[in-house]
Amino acid sequence: MKYNNNISAAYLFLTPALLAIFIFFLIPVFAALLMSFTNFDIYSLGHISYARFVGLSNYIEIFKDPLFWQSLINTFYFVIAGGPLSIAVSLGAALLLSSKLVKFKGIFRLVYFMPVVTTLVAVSILWRFIYQPRFGILNYLLGFIGIHPIDWLGNPHWAMPAIILMAIWKNFGYNMIIFIAGLQNIPEDLYEAANIEGASEWNKFKNITLPMLAPTTLFVSIITIIGYFQLFAEPYVMTQGGPLNSTLSIVLYMYREGFRWWNMGYSAAIAFILFFIILVISLIQLKVQRETAI
Amino acid sequence: MRKKILINIKTILKFSLIILCGFVFASCSGSKGKVQIDFWAFGAEAEHAKVLTKEFEKLNPGIKVKVQAIPWTAALEKLITAYASDTTPDIVQLGNTWIPEFVALNSLTNLNKWIKNSKIVNKKRFFPGIWKTNIIDNKVYGIPWYVDTRVLFYRTDILKKVGYDQPPKTWSQLYDVSVKIKKMYGNQEKYAIFIPTNEWVPFIVFGLQAGASILKDDNSFGNFSDPKFEKAFRFLIKFYKQKLAPVDMTQVSNVYQAFASGFFAMYITGPWNVTEFKNRLPDSLQGKWMTAPLPAYDGNKYPGKSLAGGSSLVIFKASKHKKEAWKLIEFLTKKSSQVEFFKLSSDLPSVDDAWHDTVLTDNKYLKAFYEQLHNVVPTPKVPEWEHIVSGKVQEYAEFAARGKMTPKQALKNLDKDTDRILAERRWILSRENK
Repeated sequence: MKYNNNISAAYLFLTPALLAIFIFFLIPVFAALLMSFTNFDIYSLGHISYARFVGLSNYIEIFKDPLFWQSLINTFYFVIAGGPLSIAVSLGAALLLSSKLVKFKGIFRLVYFMPVVTTLVAVSILWRFIYQPRFGILNYLLGFIGIHPIDWLGNPHWAMPAIILMAIWKNFGYNMIIFIAGLQNIPEDLYEAANIEGASEWNKFKNITLPMLAPTTLFVSIITIIGYFQLFAEPYVMTQGGPLNSTLSIVLYMYREGFRWWNMGYSAAIAFILFFIILVISLIQLKVQRETAI
Repeated sequence: MRKKILINIKTILKFSLIILCGFVFASCSGSKGKVQIDFWAFGAEAEHAKVLTKEFEKLNPGIKVKVQAIPWTAALEKLITAYASDTTPDIVQLGNTWIPEFVALNSLTNLNKWIKNSKIVNKKRFFPGIWKTNIIDNKVYGIPWYVDTRVLFYRTDILKKVGYDQPPKTWSQLYDVSVKIKKMYGNQEKYAIFIPTNEWVPFIVFGLQAGASILKDDNSFGNFSDPKFEKAFRFLIKFYKQKLAPVDMTQVSNVYQAFASGFFAMYITGPWNVTEFKNRLPDSLQGKWMTAPLPAYDGNKYPGKSLAGGSSLVIFKASKHKKEAWKLIEFLTKKSSQVEFFKLSSDLPSVDDAWHDTVLTDNKYLKAFYEQLHNVVPTPKVPEWEHIVSGKVQEYAEFAARGKMTPKQALKNLDKDTDRILAERRWILSRENK
């Protein structure tokens, strides 16, 4: 009896949260799913009678759309090249900051974390100056080591690497903080034991730090990959998807179709395709991690 | 004890009743005195409009105008969202290429009746090409507020050096002067003309000049592969191929600096740059640049056609104060307000009579615009226009300019994409014909 009472009390307390999730999350998601099977566009907004169910035709159109494949390839490029690199950089920074040799740790932590809390749009505009081919500081510096000016954002081959570089600089501080927390949780006696055995620094890193950090790494990599799949603001501000669509990401493409051209049905379908891609990749990551853990 | 509580409740009730009455009274008296109309304007225009509406309020003590400023970049999204959520303002400044979109939404008031009874808004006072942009199926939906068209800005000193005392007047002269400028620079990284691929206007303008229709079959299919358009397209692509124009836009991070340093000598752009060029170019360069109407397709009359751009004032169907909104439109298109607005914003007046004011006639750079405005044409009036030009024309112009596609391939793909965008329009047209 008492147990039942507790349950209903729990439900009572949960109701506001559940209600909020239902109204602000589940209903819109379901409406978007429904919308992805319609042709909802600017005409339908004016005369609702023009809206009609078109079955899977949005999805079929998307798979036939070369721009979609281009944006998919670009997004994968960004995730595959940028994701691991960003995790490596944050881990490296975390290790450096956890080292006993480093002084003024607080200041370094603050400096590295600063880009994370800065507005992305402001940062993107600044980086556009840095990348400017004729007067930008990056080409100026590269000139000292004899590298010819590179047209960072104007050349289709360099635009994505330039965006990746900026995104890593902007984001690594966040993961770094999580890694630092993870490192602090590793018991010191493991290292002490290793020292007594005479293990090298590399062996300590490989056999103690990395395995002990595995849960943290899993968390960081899932969060990073999900975040990186949603690449939007960097190309939106810096390149508008150009040159030659080389920085057009899926989310940017979805935004354009939906909120610039008002092809809501089409845009919703793109959103669900992206959702499935992220879902599948997160599941694979979880599975791989579980198997290697055993 | 209990009595005390009762009294308390009574006093609370009394108080709340008084407060409630106060609210009702205040709101009643507020709406009785004045009619408020909401006016949305974009970017800098909003700030300047506020100055004019203050004067309007003085002349019409019964009307209060609330001007809301909306950034240009978010304007279209914001307006459509307002429409979708039934929160449209009474009167809006609308880019005139957007009018078809809002007519398709069935959201604008047909102004024919108002115009017929008006002493101020008279078709004859406006530039014919600009006026036409506001008409769909013989119904006028907007009144031109200010106008905008593209002309040629050029460096007189550089053109003189290659033997051109006059601006180019035909396509072949434009090409010839460009080749000569490039030749003069030799291997230097400098160009003759700036035609940004992220601007669709030159491509459409040259197409229209060559006599292309852009779209066909009641504007339900793309017509870019048409030989006339192809000719214009090839003509422009030639400038990139022969390095007469820079392909990469990021090289020109500051147009004014680039123009001043001679990175390019010609640039097709709009009236806002008259003020910008005056303010931002160094003093040594003032007097070394000029504006000219666009060159014409060889064999056609000079000047060549340009686009009828600008902003119109529209009244939303949902507005409850159409009469007051119309009064504001009449006020804003009066000669004196138009001149005043030009002084504030440098936006070009939409009515011909305002152009005879000395403020405008004294400005030598505006002459080209006045001449050009008599030969402007509207773009095809379909709601999908922005999508076709900003999305697709620019995309394929860039592909062709960078040599990733031949002009023919680019135009074929452009037609294919345009047909896909217009599919819904064809479906609606076929339904209406039934």
